[in-house]
Parts: sequence; C-alpha cells; structure tokens
Amino acid sequence: MSAVLFPDVQRRRVVDRIMTLLCLGAVVVAIIPLASVLGYVTVQGASAVNWAFFTQTPGPAGEPGGGMANALVGTLILIGLASCVGIPVGILGGLFLSEIGGPVGWWVRFTADVLNGVPSIVIGVFVYALVVLPMRRFSALAGGVALGVMMIPLVMRTTEEMVRLVPQSLREASLALGLPWWVTTLRVTLRTATAGVVTGVMLAVARIGGETAPLLFTAFNNQFWSFRLDQPMASLTVQMYNYAIAPYDDWHRQAWAAALVLMTLTLVLNILARTAGRRREATGR
Amino acid sequence: MAQSVPAGNSPGTLPAATAGRARARWADGAFRAVLTLFAFLVILLVFAIGVSLARAAVPAMARFGAAFLWTSRWDPVHNFFGALPFVYGTLVSSALALLIAVPVSLGVAIYLAEVARSRASTVLSFVVELLAAIPSVILGLWGIFVMTPWVRSVVEPVLGGTLGWLPLFSGPPYGIGMLSAGLILSIMVIPIIASVSRDVLRAVPQEQREAMYALGGTRWEVIRRAVLPYGRTGIIGAVILGLGRALGETMAVTMVIGNRPQIAASLFQPGYTIAAALANEFSEATTDLYVSALIEMAFVLFVVSLVVNAAARWLVARVTTSVVAP
Repeated sequence: MSAVLFPDVQRRRVVDRIMTLLCLGAVVVAIIPLASVLGYVTVQGASAVNWAFFTQTPGPAGEPGGGMANALVGTLILIGLASCVGIPVGILGGLFLSEIGGPVGWWVRFTADVLNGVPSIVIGVFVYALVVLPMRRFSALAGGVALGVMMIPLVMRTTEEMVRLVPQSLREASLALGLPWWVTTLRVTLRTATAGVVTGVMLAVARIGGETAPLLFTAFNNQFWSFRLDQPMASLTVQMYNYAIAPYDDWHRQAWAAALVLMTLTLVLNILARTAGRRREATGR
Repeated sequence: MAQSVPAGNSPGTLPAATAGRARARWADGAFRAVLTLFAFLVILLVFAIGVSLARAAVPAMARFGAAFLWTSRWDPVHNFFGALPFVYGTLVSSALALLIAVPVSLGVAIYLAEVARSRASTVLSFVVELLAAIPSVILGLWGIFVMTPWVRSVVEPVLGGTLGWLPLFSGPPYGIGMLSAGLILSIMVIPIIASVSRDVLRAVPQEQREAMYALGGTRWEVIRRAVLPYGRTGIIGAVILGLGRALGETMAVTMVIGNRPQIAASLFQPGYTIAAALANEFSEATTDLYVSALIEMAFVLFVVSLVVNAAARWLVARVTTSVVAP
C-alpha cells in the first residue's frame, strides 16, 4: 500500500536516516559552545582565582595584583536591593494573576511577558532617567532598582504558575473552616506553593546576578569599598567587563577568575532550582 | 474565590461575630485591592518606560526628525546624530544570528520532541537551557579570547577563500566584527528558539502523527508533513522571540563587534549596534543633544522589542493553548 502511495521505499529510508542524523548533529552543534565556555572558564578561572581575589580591592591600572572583594560584595548588595523591589511586587502580582485573574489578568500577564522581553540596556536607560538624573549621581540604589524591575516579571510568572498548582480543594477546605479569603490566600495557598515560589526567586536571582548592561549607568562602578547606597557601587559583572576589554594581562586573568565565580553561582542556583522543580513534578503525579 | 459563607443568616449569630465577619469582608476587599494594585504596577511600569524615554528623546526628535533613522552621519564632535549605522548593525547582526540559529534550533527541537527517548530528552533539554543561563558578559569574555581568534584564523580565511568573490566575505580577516557578533548572538538565541519550538512540537496532537504513520510514512515524513506544518505558527513565534532577544542583546555583542559606526559591505568588518552604542557611549555623552540622541535610540529599541515580543507571544499562545486545552 505504502509502496503504491510513495514509491522508492529504499530512498525514503535513507532520507529518514540522514535527517535524523542531521537533527542529532544540530544538538551537538548547540552543545559545543556550552562545553567550550564551561571548559575555558573552569580552566582559565581555576588558574587565576586566588586568595587576594576574594580579599583585596582592585589595584592601580596596569599593575598586577589586587582582587575583586568589593565587587563581589557589591553584587550581593545589589541583588539584595533588587530583591526588595522584585520579590514583593512579583509575588503579590503573581497572586493576583492566579487568584483573581480575569480579563484584567490576561492583560497583566501579557504585559509582564512583554516587559520580560524588553532589552536590559533599555531598562538601564529608563532607571537612569528615573533615579540617576534626579539624584544627580550614579548610585547603588539605582542599580538595585534596575535589577528589581527586571526581576518583577520573572518572579510574577513563576509565582502564578506555582500557585495555580495548589489544589482547589485546599482553598475550599480553608474557606469552609471560616478563614477569610485573604488569610486563606496567604497562609494556605501561598504557603503550600512556597517551594515553587522560592525556586522561581532563585532562578530570577541567578538571572539578574549575571546582568551587566542595566548597571553600566546606574550603579556604575567603584574601585574601593563602599557600602553607601547613594554612591556608585562595584559589581562583579561590570568589573569583569571593564577588565576584559582593558589591555592588561593581569586584568584578563582576573576577569576569568570573576567569570568562574559568577558562573559557579549561576549554575548552582540553576541546577538547584531545576532539580527541585523536577522532583516536585515527579512526586506530584 | 467567592466567599461561600452566607452572611448573617444563622439564628444564633452574636453581635460580636457579625462584627468580626464584617471586618473580615473589609479585609478581603483591602487585600484584593492590594493585589490588584501590584498587578497594575507592571502595566504602569511599561507605560512609564515608554513615556520617560520618549520625553527624554524629544530634543533629538525635534532636531533631526524621522530622518534620524536613515541618516548615516554620527558625529558627536559637531553635535550631529544619525542612527543608520546602528540600526543597520542591529538588523544585520540579528539576521545573521537567525540565519545560523534557526536551522540548528529546529534540529534540536525536533530531536528533543520527536526522536530522543524521554530520559535523554530531559537531560539534553536541561543542558540546552543551561546555555541560556550563562551570563552574557561571560559569553563575551569567551568571545574575545576564544571565539574571535578562531574566527580570524579559521572561519574567515575559509569563507574568504571559497566565497571571497562575494562582497560579503571580502577583505582581510579581523576576527572582531559583524560575523563574530552574528555567531555569538546565534549561540544566545539557540536555547530560546529550541526550547519554545520543542514545547510547540510536543503540543501537536498524537493523532496527527498516527494518521501519517498509518499511511506508511517514515518518521521524517511524519515530522515533515504532519508535525511541522501543524506547529508552524508556534515555530514562527519562537523564531520571533529569538529575534527579540538578539535585537536587544548588549554585552556579548559589544565585546566582539568592534564598535565602529560604519556600514561596510563585508561581514568581516567591524560594526556597531544600538545596544552596544548605549553601553559604550551613554555614560560618556557630553552634550544634552548627544544624550537625547542615545535615548531616542533606546526608545526605538523599546518600541521594536514591544512589537516583536507581543507578536511572538500571540503566535506561540495561539498554538500551545488551543492545542493543550482539552
């Protein structure tokens, strides 16, 4: 029958084989850069990272030595500031999407997805106009706001999806016991989805921790220790960018060290979040 | 979540309990208002971005008009700004990225959704998604020290040797340039296009495949004639999503494109993109008009990313929701 409809079975089998192999080839092509990046960052970074990297501030331009201690702490502070903006707004907005929703919810969801697609450098320009110009200086606060804005849609959408997974019967049981809706939502619904929401927050932190573009003209950079939020603040990513494009070998070495630290952070957060998510999915069935 | 407790009609209700119930209802209303407020914050934010960029771009708009977009002279010293080299670089590098990334991503998506067994597919999906998690500044560092030397010593000489008669591949190999920007962008968009396309392919109903198998089709024929046509809209959406990412990508591109505002025929030559110009020149812009011209480019990028992302989401949602819904 098939031979009548499609003659030349032999040729068709060969084509099938070739196309399958091509698809496998595409997977290999996609993985090669990942393997190369991981390999180079690990090898170059491991030989460059040392005690001084974690304990000292940058040395004078062109002279070997110094480290990125202030940038490392700066990145953590910026992530903390961003979390103050991104986590509450993201979680409450996500609760709106899953518990109230409706046609308004559709628009909010759509806008959040679109905001997620706005280039990070554009967010940087926006925060420059919003915070840096009125304050008349670059500041850690501006950097935190920029990263926080990026965090909102990420946290919002994962919160929505995780809260949606909570069985309806749980909400009904709580309401039937006479708990007001708002208590039910916070203490039962959100509480049940905690693990998933935390996973979403971790992924969002991993994403913004590696951002450079929105910090270039908000938090700017700083060669020294600084804990003041109204002053420029160093970050691992901006420091790494500056070192990578500078003409000094020792700075290149330190850029690789920074890459190793940053990538370890990102990958650990990603792997933790994803394996946790997978385990929950498996037990949920 | 409607409050299912009927208010105040049980016989033994004490006044205190009624007061408590009224308070609870008031609290519910307040909580609802708070959630709504935070949700609306997102919409407000997108509007605020658009309005503040547009306002800051007014001086440049008033001075150069729409010709800003197709004037190729970018001359900060004489306070004259035309964005064409940046628009050109953004479009060409993104087009190049899609040219490389689309076939590869489709191959990956087909392999993950149709060929690999479920375990292998899970592991490989995870690996491909890790690629998306690498910070772009790390990819840029790798680009400067690993990829561009390879492009300069291997890719460009080979392309120049075989296709050198085309203006696109003519001239000396630099390494740093438009070709490298396209390559690094393709690495960044492959995970996006591949994972969204994979989800789209998975949403194609099994009956589509079974019908084609019943006609005696090989696996490739099933994919080619039954699965891909069904998911076409969603795959186009995935590609547009990738385009959105490529257009606005900043750090990795800045580090390998060469940052020279020129329009060169050869892909080996350095170029510049809108995002890269913002990254390099924004904090050094000296005059108000200069800043305004840069912000106008940011505004253009913002509007384009809105349109591109809205279109992509719409296309992808049309396929995945209409198919997944029981």
